[in-house]
Amino acid sequence: MNAIWNYFRGDQDEILHWTWTTVWLAGGALLVGFVVALPLGWLASRYRWTYPPLVTLAGIVYTIPSVVLFLALPGLIGTKILAPVNVGIALTAYTVALMVRIVADGLASVSGDTMASAAAMGYTNRQRLFAVQFPIAIPVIGAGLRVAAVSNVSLVSVASIIGVSQLGQLFVAGNNNNTLTPIWLGLIIIMALAFVFDGVILMTIRLLTPWQRAVSKP
Amino acid sequence: MIRLESVTKRYDKTVAVDHLSLEAPSKQITVFVGPSGCGKTTSLRMINRMIEPTSGRILIDDRDTSKGSAAKLRRGIGYVIQNAGLFPHRNIADNIATVPVLTGETRRAARARALELMDRVGLDRQFADRYPAQLSGGQQQRVGVARALAADPPVMLMDEPFSAVDPVVREQLQDEFLRLQGEIGKTIVFVTHDIDEAIKLGDQVAVLRVGGQLAQLATPVELLSRPADAFVAGFVGRDRGYRALGFTAAGQLPLRAEPVVALGADLSRAAGVAEDGWVLVVDNDARPLGWLAVGGLPPERLNGTITPELLNLGGTLATEAGYLRAALDAALSSPSGRGVIVREDGRFAGTVLASQVLARIEERAAAARTDAQRSAATAFGPEPTPPAVNGPEE
Repeated sequence: MNAIWNYFRGDQDEILHWTWTTVWLAGGALLVGFVVALPLGWLASRYRWTYPPLVTLAGIVYTIPSVVLFLALPGLIGTKILAPVNVGIALTAYTVALMVRIVADGLASVSGDTMASAAAMGYTNRQRLFAVQFPIAIPVIGAGLRVAAVSNVSLVSVASIIGVSQLGQLFVAGNNNNTLTPIWLGLIIIMALAFVFDGVILMTIRLLTPWQRAVSKP
Repeated sequence: MIRLESVTKRYDKTVAVDHLSLEAPSKQITVFVGPSGCGKTTSLRMINRMIEPTSGRILIDDRDTSKGSAAKLRRGIGYVIQNAGLFPHRNIADNIATVPVLTGETRRAARARALELMDRVGLDRQFADRYPAQLSGGQQQRVGVARALAADPPVMLMDEPFSAVDPVVREQLQDEFLRLQGEIGKTIVFVTHDIDEAIKLGDQVAVLRVGGQLAQLATPVELLSRPADAFVAGFVGRDRGYRALGFTAAGQLPLRAEPVVALGADLSRAAGVAEDGWVLVVDNDARPLGWLAVGGLPPERLNGTITPELLNLGGTLATEAGYLRAALDAALSSPSGRGVIVREDGRFAGTVLASQVLARIEERAAAARTDAQRSAATAFGPEPTPPAVNGPEE
């Protein structure tokens, strides 16, 4: 443990910088991906014929190995080969791929009776989406977001292979110098980050859905 | 008043509702009833445009519902759905306040009114801040009714609102619904697949057959006594002769004064006044409690007093101003064979025998037959002259 701490102190500024890069790459991709996935998921739930193609496409994107995506993006969209933006875009694509289906399923999970009665009360379709359907789908969508967040945090480290500096550098360093210390340090920080991301999302969900807790203590 | 004019709904090749024309009169309950696939829910949902008709018109108080925005139309029409369809993410008061808030009322004012509505539908105000999942099915259904009433719409649509609750709660909800309707007098269209519910609740009942055709539109008693065709007769079901008695006023029955004894009185006194070994026991307010088979008690037991355990509670009660069905049932179910009739306030009025109720039923039936013959005669008019046979032109 001391060795890990000393390793951290020895290279503190760089490691904190890497941590910060990891945070914004994973977090930014999560946010952008989520915002993109919302309308797509809504589309898939609203017009059922769009569901199979959208979800299939998302599934295909999700199965592309991250290294391939990191390397292929500059060729596909003309970014610089070592630019961190490649990583951001790739992670955004994964987030979208994961969340489209979850948003669609979450919106579709709202009971038909609730939807019908909302329409009957005189909600317009738009009002119903934002005031009824989406709030009720938050627990399902939020659960998907937690998975996406944790997966993004761990995927960022792969970007070291294409030379984007973030916490993955610690694994590279461990591998190059044949020592476990930086690898342990990287694992600890990444797990802590994942834990924080997960916690923030979980707290947000709980704040937005007081009705979920009420059910368990009648 | 809601008027459907030749309303049709077609999905590709299937016809869900076929040229349905009828009127739901103001301040009355019109029930759509029929087997599944008869288009009753589709018909209901066309009234508030949750389903748009393929052709035909629907008018509410002579205004064509197809004009203007559907959302606005719906805010003026109460709607109660099976399983209540409450918003799980909003507490009870906010659920009830839905429509007033949509129409621009402040949330505070709407919630205040929601509390009054909770009293009205028999919900404890302490539920106001709970969420729907914390309530029983019956309570949720009450919230559904309160929510539909919140904006005080003149028209209410109810889609099998009591189908998903157990029979005891259903009966209770139906009774309260009728009481409530007595106070508020809404124009109600009510959908059910349960003919008994239709007959109990409807001022008029529209029986629909598969394919969305109107088989008969009639009052419950007409439906029971004169089903329009074999389908309606079959759907209305067995016992309809007996059930029709539930709509026939008993009138002044020949009540027999019956000696009664109070609970706690001496058994020997009961034995003294009993007829055929049975005596009716009442409470201090003269409300019947049950029958005492004092004739069946061994003489040595006659020293004590009348205790509740001794009473036979088998008999049902009928009210003086009630219907023949209840009077007959009181007589048939009474262990003494003497049916107990009570006044409106529950105090004992007298007893009646099954044979007396039957005599009354026969009188009523005879009168109904005469009426039916008379109306049949007017319906066909005077004997028409036979049409001329088309012979060859001369």
